[in-house]
Amino acid sequence: MGRYIARRLIYLLVVLFVVSAITFGLMHAVPGGPFDREKALPPEIIENLNKRYHLDEPLLMQYGRYLYDVFIPRISATPPQGSVDDDFLITVKLGNVWFKWMNFGPTYSSRSRTVNDIFRQQLPVSAQLGIMALLVAIIIGMPLGILAALKQNTIFDYLGMSVAIFGVSVPVIILGPLMIWIFGVTLKWFPPTGWGAKPPFVLGIFPRELGPEFFRYAIMPSVALGLGSSAIIARLTRASLLQTMREDYIRTARAKGLRESLVIVRHALKNSLIPVVTILGPLFAALVTGTFVTEVTFGIPGMGRYFVTSITNRDYPVIMGTILLYALILVIANLVVDIVYAYLDPRIRYD
Amino acid sequence: MTELLTVEGLETQFRTREGTVHAVNGVSFSLREGETLGIVGESGCGKSVTVMSILRLIPSPPGKVVAGKAIYQGKDLLKMSDEEIRHIRGAQISMVFQDPMTSFNPVLTIGRQVAEPLEIHMGMSRKQALERAAEMLAMVGIPNAKERLNDYPHQFSGGMRQRVMIAMALICTPQILIADEPTTALDVTIQAQIIDLVKRLRDELGMAIIWITHDLGIIAGLADRVAVMYGGYIIEMAQVDELYAHPTHPYTIGLLGSLPRMDETGHRRLISIDGLPPVLLEKPNYCPFAPRCKYAVERCWHENPPLMSVAPEHQVACWVDTQTGRER
Repeated sequence: MGRYIARRLIYLLVVLFVVSAITFGLMHAVPGGPFDREKALPPEIIENLNKRYHLDEPLLMQYGRYLYDVFIPRISATPPQGSVDDDFLITVKLGNVWFKWMNFGPTYSSRSRTVNDIFRQQLPVSAQLGIMALLVAIIIGMPLGILAALKQNTIFDYLGMSVAIFGVSVPVIILGPLMIWIFGVTLKWFPPTGWGAKPPFVLGIFPRELGPEFFRYAIMPSVALGLGSSAIIARLTRASLLQTMREDYIRTARAKGLRESLVIVRHALKNSLIPVVTILGPLFAALVTGTFVTEVTFGIPGMGRYFVTSITNRDYPVIMGTILLYALILVIANLVVDIVYAYLDPRIRYD
Repeated sequence: MTELLTVEGLETQFRTREGTVHAVNGVSFSLREGETLGIVGESGCGKSVTVMSILRLIPSPPGKVVAGKAIYQGKDLLKMSDEEIRHIRGAQISMVFQDPMTSFNPVLTIGRQVAEPLEIHMGMSRKQALERAAEMLAMVGIPNAKERLNDYPHQFSGGMRQRVMIAMALICTPQILIADEPTTALDVTIQAQIIDLVKRLRDELGMAIIWITHDLGIIAGLADRVAVMYGGYIIEMAQVDELYAHPTHPYTIGLLGSLPRMDETGHRRLISIDGLPPVLLEKPNYCPFAPRCKYAVERCWHENPPLMSVAPEHQVACWVDTQTGRER
């Protein structure tokens, strides 16, 4: 297993390299630049800005510089300066030298902020929202799917699947404002907008306390974002459990005299969850990265906004940083899924 | 010998999109203590459905037992509550299935699965049950039984899995073992080993066996009595020696004629039975074998023959005396 994970992590590096190359190529192939304005800036200023951000260099050199800044660790005797150019995501003091790694560069939209600042302040909020939405999706989706499968072709089944269809077909952009209006403005159960957890975050991601304050803000956007996915999970769980219940070994379990509830819990559920776990990886990545509309609707200071606006603004370092991050999340989520898989199904053994 | 299980007029149907499939049409037989009853017939003749109906393992819907009785220890298995039948399954009547590859849960260890009946029927602790499971696995010839408890089904070969399946079925020492084509999916050499194993266990544990197969060769060496099924009916039933010596139903004659025989001298062409098995979408008011029968007379097309005694312990459902070619 250890060797398998190591091998997958090496693949991860290859994936990140390829993604970075394609993204870099594409974003520079798109016409326009970061300093194009409706009222054009004076050429001298553009020239200076280009020089400042090394945009005057040949593309290949810019790409090399980017890779160097992100991937190659530095050892230096000086502590981090806190300047835009000396902002590394990981800085560790080793004796009397500093180990610095991963400088994702500045953002063109602000003179004093870096991509790493976005990772520190906005990414955790999006990650929290994504994790909460995934939890909502699982907590609603799986029981709904199981219930629908066990009560196949009854009112429970039709009702559950209607809820699922509703969840899939109503987008966040409609569901969000509706929820704000009903639960936020009219009933005043939840604050209509905002996010409870503020930086700094534990381990760079988690809120300092998971109290009522966090959940008061988190519940509405998490449900809005997760409901669509819960529908996917519900339908998949239902189909998978129905399939499993027709397997020969379920008949064997019944022939042994097991109570029906035990047949389902011990013999059917674990098997039927295997396909469901498979989609949790991509689903998680989609939830963490697909937060833009939810964040805008609920006024959440996450990074979905940066991801979308960086592209229209040609904010090259932000584009590169967010895309690499999302690729990383997707690959790691899939790796976790594969590991869980091996735990669920003994026939799958890596190495 | 006392009768352990008596099945009377069992009828099972499946509601499908094409219509109602009459899988079993009034099957009656009895099983005596310690006896081995063979049920033979081609695919789709209703032999599996018959035994599944008795244990109420027919998936419902679409399947439904519409008539009949299955009396075991004075009680009708078909009418008792779910809870009552649950206590009989695996404890007093247990089953071995055809495909050892798919009949085990792939994500649970062999030990868990074999020990499970003990936990639910005997109230044993997990630890006790596992110890007993190891003994049982050793008894059916699994080497290193104790270590193999923690292995998963895919780590066993097909023959070994079928041994494990037998151990699992017999772990509560049931009175009746129902074996639904347990050797069909196995190599011939493994088949012989499994049959020897079952014979040995039968002598040691003394259970009665219902053995379903389409292989007449297996039945000859194993069964005391044989029921031949065709199109959802039992069409001939006899002691095993009697059946092989004097097959009476045209279908049974055809089946035996299609087997090569070691004790034969000279060359003989193997007989094949023309035509196809019946479509079960309607319950015929004529003999279901008539369309394929070279003995068929006028009456066969109007009236479905019931089982009639032709000799002691030998019944056949046919209007024609195949010996003389005359109508009965």
